[in-house]
Amino acid sequence: MRTIRVVIAKPGLDGHDRGAKVIARALRDAGMEVIYTGLRQTPEKIVAAALQEDADVIGLSILSGAHMHICPRVMALLKEQGLDHVKVVVGGIIPDVDRERLQVMGIAGIFLPGTPMQAIVDFINQNVQPRAEVV
Amino acid sequence: MRPPAPGTESDIGKARWEREVLEPTLRRSPERAGEFTTISGRPIDRLYTQDDMAEGEAPAPGEFPYTRGIYPTGYRGKLWTMRQFAGFGTPEETNERYKQLLRAGGTGLSVAFDLPTLMGRDPDHPLSLGEVGKCGVSIMSLADMERLFNGITLADITTSMTINSPAPMIFAMYLVVAEQQGADWKTLSGTIQNDILKEFIAQKEYIFPPKPSMRLITDIFQFCAKDVPKWNTISVSGYHIREAGSTALQELAFTLRDGIEYVQWGIDAGLDVDAFVPRMSFFFNAHSDFFEEIAKYRAARKIWARVMRERFGAKDERSLKLRFHSQTAGVSLTAQQPYNNVVRTALQALSAVLGGTNSLHTNSLDEALALPTEAAAMLALRTQQVIACESGVTNVVDPLGGSYLIEKLTLDLEEGAYKYFDAIDRMGGMVAAVEAGFPQREIAEASYRYQQSVECGDKIVVGVNGYVDRDEPPFPILYIDDQASDLQMARLTTLRETRDNARVAVTLDVLKEAARGADNTMYPLLDCVRAYATVGEMCDALREVWGEYEEVPSI
Repeated sequence: MRTIRVVIAKPGLDGHDRGAKVIARALRDAGMEVIYTGLRQTPEKIVAAALQEDADVIGLSILSGAHMHICPRVMALLKEQGLDHVKVVVGGIIPDVDRERLQVMGIAGIFLPGTPMQAIVDFINQNVQPRAEVV
Repeated sequence: MRPPAPGTESDIGKARWEREVLEPTLRRSPERAGEFTTISGRPIDRLYTQDDMAEGEAPAPGEFPYTRGIYPTGYRGKLWTMRQFAGFGTPEETNERYKQLLRAGGTGLSVAFDLPTLMGRDPDHPLSLGEVGKCGVSIMSLADMERLFNGITLADITTSMTINSPAPMIFAMYLVVAEQQGADWKTLSGTIQNDILKEFIAQKEYIFPPKPSMRLITDIFQFCAKDVPKWNTISVSGYHIREAGSTALQELAFTLRDGIEYVQWGIDAGLDVDAFVPRMSFFFNAHSDFFEEIAKYRAARKIWARVMRERFGAKDERSLKLRFHSQTAGVSLTAQQPYNNVVRTALQALSAVLGGTNSLHTNSLDEALALPTEAAAMLALRTQQVIACESGVTNVVDPLGGSYLIEKLTLDLEEGAYKYFDAIDRMGGMVAAVEAGFPQREIAEASYRYQQSVECGDKIVVGVNGYVDRDEPPFPILYIDDQASDLQMARLTTLRETRDNARVAVTLDVLKEAARGADNTMYPLLDCVRAYATVGEMCDALREVWGEYEEVPSI
């Protein structure tokens, strides 16, 4: 079995990347392969990165309030590309009223401020089946 | 009995105390931990004494190097400015909030812009998707600036604007609104943040590469020295460096080294040091570790005074006096048990006051969840008023001066900052250090270390990894919908249909010419603004000439 591959992305215009970087390191330290896209990624670029990197998980870090615009677009593009198996998790400031709507559109996990890094590692380990190495 | 340890009287005193009093106590009841550290991981001794003090007499407040404050009378003369950062949605909505804050006794305005404005993008740019009016107010053109300050007389207030890459464009808009109101630019006062180095280092709201970005800043130094002499041309900011996860020492060192870099670039652009340094100001974080924060502000004043005199030969006393704004630590606020944030903020604000802050923003209790509601913003302002009027701490100048702990921490932070200066000087200065990713790496390391210390329970955050409440009631927040975005989008279309587009094109061409050459960019920008060019159009014109900066992503 190969290791779990995670794309960590910062969509939108916001540059506050402390959370994205800390999580990326925590996932890497937990044995996952992490690809950090850097800042200012459009949904198109994020999905292209997931395709190219053969990712199992996309982690979106969104603090700016743009999640209700970015998440549906990412989900639609994944579907278009036949990447339905890629689990999408979101970390950031997400008001309660939006959480249910994000879950309905297929976001697998939502992590709010104060979430322990270990909780995110565990969530991914429990919800993502590492696939066989493609030869 | 052992012979007394060599050294001063107090050495002997402390040695005796440790032997006779402390050791038996420790044998009976050990301390709670093997090591005690600040939130930045700095080890803290059990007890500080006379031995920890520097040689010689501490200079009084108002005297070089101003460790104890820049004013001989502290807050007995004038209280700090209570300046609450605010902005959301449309210019009209924010204008309403400003009028409320002023009616409630706020003494200065502070503008929060939305991300498209901060990044020099119009609302119809693809990257602006979902961001218009969300984290701040949307300002596209002069028309929005007119709406933002409608009914507020700019000559009578001071305004701080948190804007960096597009600082010259937004500042030009402010100046044109003042001009329309009949105000004299020579008496106008306020601050633009205009600190691009900390954007490259921490907050990452950059547009152009470092060198042209620095040139825009020196253009403003030059322009203001001549045309808007009372304006604070820059607010060199440690706030965002700290929020990104730095230690207190890194915040202090990188911020002051940024300040040194700006002074050097100003001098290299042909300015006399005393012609622009008096209008430079600073901005620090007021974080949770009470004493370390107080020491940080004192060390900052001391270092700046020395560096300006010794490194740059500044003679004007105003060049030596570090003035700073502070804001309580947004990053310390928790989404869990949000009412605890009122207490955190009050303590942080008190540290800034005891450190001699010149102006202060207190965060609202709901800011880990959303932008603040009106009620939360009001409580934050009231927190400052309680400190100012009821606590009594404003009666004395530098009330903690002479505290063994505070003086020792001040010395240690000073020493640590000079070590960072040496390292950065060896790299060729801050622009070179930023290009090499040095401060960015230092901060990322510190931030990960802190997160691990919370994870393993070494550091307790109440309500998060200690004293957790499993059944928290729902908390009311300000929800910003897309109405502001829709309205701003429609306004943009109207603007482009109704303004004199030929005039806009001509002014943008003149701007590009100035950018290619050496002419000060402020004058052409003022003309672009008067023609109602948008922030996006003005920034695009400069993107065309200078290109855009992209950092290499690393974790």
